[in-house]
Amino acid sequence: MGPVDYIPRIRDNYARLGYKSYNWVVNADTPPWAPLRKPLSQCRLGLAASGGIYVAGQVAFHFKDDTSLREIPTDVDTKELRATHFAYDLSDARTDPNVVFPIDTLRRLVREGFLGGLATRFHTFMGGIYSSRRVTEDLAPRLTARFLEDGVDAVLLVPV
Amino acid sequence: MTSARDITRAVNPPRAAFLDFPLGHTTGKPHEPDLQRRILVEALSSFDTMTTPGSMKELPFRWSEDEEWKSKAFAEGDERTPRHDTPQYQDEGDRRRAEKRDSPSCPVCRS
Repeated sequence: MGPVDYIPRIRDNYARLGYKSYNWVVNADTPPWAPLRKPLSQCRLGLAASGGIYVAGQVAFHFKDDTSLREIPTDVDTKELRATHFAYDLSDARTDPNVVFPIDTLRRLVREGFLGGLATRFHTFMGGIYSSRRVTEDLAPRLTARFLEDGVDAVLLVPV
Repeated sequence: MTSARDITRAVNPPRAAFLDFPLGHTTGKPHEPDLQRRILVEALSSFDTMTTPGSMKELPFRWSEDEEWKSKAFAEGDERTPRHDTPQYQDEGDRRRAEKRDSPSCPVCRS
């Protein structure tokens, strides 16, 4: 069975519900390209994830176009991670955050020498921001600035 | 990484790795660290092997033999939680801990 086509399903569902149709982001141009200049085993990796992960003690995300970021120290105790989101089934993310925030997996890959290292912090937000303008003009530049501060060679993006 | 191939094709990032799993499992199944590791090794290897902007690697993993999840992957109707504009904690203990801290000045709490 082929992959699920989400765009037509969501379009049809919105029409049935009487919602305004959603403006999907479509980028027709060839994307920019930055080659990796050294092997992964020498790279410091950053991560951004949109599954609504926060650390207990931080303010949780809210569900209405929340463009705020949380920084998660990469030496965090996995048991202290939480997940909140309005649009996906959280049951697995709440028992094992690695399904949307692969912190233990990446730490293991560093121990094994597959990756050179991790940034000292990862970045999370809550997706489902229905204004692509707010993402492009507000959230994305703040994320980019943080990655530059973090001195990473490559970044893994984990949407939900 | 992505589990929604058509949405990611539309966005057209420089590099993508597609995992054909139900949404909410972009980097693996819960409590299966060896599978999670294999998934990320396959995905991250794209940094070394991809040379064409806009490439998408299809990762060689299946959620289940019968792929029954796909028929239930998108329920009709609207099952999303109402979009509250106040913090939505996983549990009340988190709320107490966050409110006890001086949140507005806490450097890691707000962007």
